[in-house]
This record gives sequence, structure tokens and C-alpha cells, in this order.
Amino acid sequence: MGFDAVSGYYFSILQGSLISVAVALTSLAIAVVLGLLAAVARLSHHRPSVYMATAYTTVMRGIPELVLMLLVFYGGTMGLNELLKWLGSSSSVDINPFAAGTLTLGVIYGAYMSETFRGAILAIPAGQAEAAHAFGMGKWQLFFRIILPQMVRYALPGFSNNWLVLIKATALVSLIGLHDMTYMAKQASAATRQPFVFLLFTALLFLLFTSLSLWGLRKLNNKYSLGSKRVILL
Amino acid sequence: MKWDVLAQPDNLALYGEGIVTTLGLLCSSLLVGGVLALLMAIALTQRWAWLRGLVGIYTYVFRGTPLLIQVYLIYYGLGQLEWIQARWDEVWPWTYFKDPAFCAVLALSLNTAAYTAEMLAGAIRETNPGEIEAAQAFGMSHWQVMWHVILPSALRRSLPAYGNEVVMMLQTTSLASAVPSLIDLTSAASRVYAKFYLPFEAYLFAALIYLLMTFTLSGFFKLLENRYLAFSAPRSSTG
Repeated sequence: MGFDAVSGYYFSILQGSLISVAVALTSLAIAVVLGLLAAVARLSHHRPSVYMATAYTTVMRGIPELVLMLLVFYGGTMGLNELLKWLGSSSSVDINPFAAGTLTLGVIYGAYMSETFRGAILAIPAGQAEAAHAFGMGKWQLFFRIILPQMVRYALPGFSNNWLVLIKATALVSLIGLHDMTYMAKQASAATRQPFVFLLFTALLFLLFTSLSLWGLRKLNNKYSLGSKRVILL
Repeated sequence: MKWDVLAQPDNLALYGEGIVTTLGLLCSSLLVGGVLALLMAIALTQRWAWLRGLVGIYTYVFRGTPLLIQVYLIYYGLGQLEWIQARWDEVWPWTYFKDPAFCAVLALSLNTAAYTAEMLAGAIRETNPGEIEAAQAFGMSHWQVMWHVILPSALRRSLPAYGNEVVMMLQTTSLASAVPSLIDLTSAASRVYAKFYLPFEAYLFAALIYLLMTFTLSGFFKLLENRYLAFSAPRSSTG
């Protein structure tokens, strides 16, 4: 085995890591939007919204990511083709693994995020919202100017946890054929019959990503908890 | 939708086998992982810095990398090392590494042990100092305090978080389907899908079963909490 061939495999895993990061960030964006919507819906006084949001968070947290991803990927392809046939088109499409993967992870982690966000909104003293109402602020002004900036501090610990789990869950997209770093590591393992080193390399890359995230989120946490008292027990 | 395909006896049997495997994986990894976690949690709260450091590195690495990679590393990675291959035909304990179920349980146990250890260590650290002082005033030794006072209270207090971990573990067992020749609930669904090309029916049915198992587990932990955390429940005004 030449040196260049081996370094080529490492390089392909590094390239795959860019896809992993892209999957993680896209899913995070979907999860944050869905999480905020579901949290606000659950805290609203509109009964159907409360039921729908509760059903969403309960069901999504009870189904394995992998099962939902396979359902979206294989089921989505079939569903789209049925739809095309019904519309009278004879062409067939394949659903993109990137879309299926990010959509699944985004929808599932949206459910986890909504629990975090709901707790954070509830942690803001009610007087804040009352004061905003007294100033004549509307619903949207209240949310974007008063609630959102203050909930960041309360939501950050749970958000960090969810993000760390989400980064690691991106490894699942390798099972629906997206060329992320786990997929590339498996390819390299199969080609060289030396799985140990390539898998270890990928594990180290994941550890690097989670460590960087932990460091960055700690900085962010320090910034957002400025001015809040910290109680030290023991 | 052709739901009647699922009702065929051999497909039902496949799902049944999947459920048994999934529950088997869950129980054995919770058992092995739980014992490891308890030992590591105690290690994490001792005076010796080297021990805390060592266990801390373990939990950091296992919590910082995906379970899928850990499964691959154990199943494909270790199995490819010549040192192990030279032994796995006869020398105990390496013979186990030929068994996919063993590899899956090992990966799942090591993974849940890391998460549970940190959780338990947190509960141990948060023990009310007054309880420990009272125990010391009774003349209890370090390990007596740990065994009779700290652990019973810490284990109770970590019950809600542990319930979440168990539900998460149920879902993570689906990654065992990445190990070929192991038929858990997810692989059973994949087989039915591949055989009949019915993705919705195959995976939705599996999702429904997972959902039912999740609800059952959460309900079970609610009962446990009612029983073992009754002392911390808010008192009702009627007494």
C-alpha cells in the first residue's frame, strides 16, 4: 500500500467531514425553527395548536432517528414517484439523501429543541411580558424584543446538549448513502481492509467537532450570562 | 397501502424476532452498562485525581463520538486486528468478538456507561452535605457513608434522568441494525421493505412498535418515581 493511496483516503474522509458539518448545520436550522414554533404553540392558549405541538414532540421523541430516516428516504422516493405517476408524468425521481437526512434530523431535533425552548420561555419572569404589554407592545414585538433575547441564556445549556447529540447523529446519514465522513471511512476501510485506523481517524474528527462546539458554547454562555448571579453550592 | 402484507405469518414472526432482539440488546446493555456506570461514578467522586482523570477521559471520548462509529470500531475494527484474529478461534474471551450480538452489546454498554456515569456522579456530588456530616458524626467510615447514605439517595434522585437515558437507549439499539446478521426491530423492517418494496408499511409499523415500547418504559419509570421519589413530591394542601 503506497503512502499516497493511504493519504488519499484520509483526504476523502476530511472532504466527507465538510458534508457532515453541512448536514449538522442545516438540520440545526430546521430544528431551531420547528422547535421555536412548537414551543410557542404549546404555550399558546389555542387548544388545537397545543394538542398538535404536544403530539409532535411526544411522537418524534419516541421513534429512533434511523427508522424515521429510512422511512423518509425510501418512503419519500416512493411517495414522490406515486405522485408523479398520478400527475401523469412517466419520469421517476430519487429523493436526495442530503434532503432526507437533514429533514429527518431537523424534525426530530426540533422536538427536543422545543422542550428546551419551552422551559426557557417559562423561566422568564412573567413580569417581563406584563411590562411589555403595559408599554403597548404587540405579540410579535413582545416575542422578538423581550422573550427571544432573554430566553437565550436559559436555553443555552439544553441547546448545547441537543447540538452535541445532533452532531453525532449525523453519522446516520452514511446509512442512506450520503458521502459524509462515516461513509468515506467505511469505504476506505473496505478498500484497504484496515478499518481500525480510518474509523479511529473519523472518531477523532468527531471528538474535535464536539470539543470545538463545547468551547464555543461555553464562550457564548459566559457572554449571555453576564450580569446574572451565579450561586456556588458546597 | 398494503397493510395486509404485514399480517403474513412469516413477516409477523420477523417483527417478533426483531422485538425480542431489541429488548435483549436493551436489557443486557443496560445491565452491563449500569454496573460499569456505578463503578465509574464512584471513581469520579473520589479524592484521587488520577482516577478521576482516567474515568473523565473515558466518558469524554465515549460521549464525544457517535455510537455508530463505536459499533463499527468494535465490530469491524477490533475484528480486523491480527492480534485478536489469532486468538478469536480458541482463546477466551476473544472468541466473543466473532459474535455480532456480543459486539453490539459491548458498544451499547460502553456508550450508556459513559452517559450514566456522569449523570450518577452529578447526583452524588449534589448530595446534601448535612446528610454526609450526620453520617460522619455517627462514626461511619468513607465507604459506609457511600453505601448507606450517598448511593441510596443519589440513585433515587437520578431516577428521572435515568428514565430518559433508558428511553434514549431503546432508540439507539436501532443502530445495531448496522451490524449485519443481527435482526433487531429496525433490520426486521428493512428486510420486509426489501422483500416487498413497501417502505411506508414496513417502517411505520416498526415506528409504531418503538413508540409503544417508549410509552411503556416512560410509564414504568413514572411508577418507579412515584414509589422511590415520593419523599420529594410536593405535599398536597389537604395533607
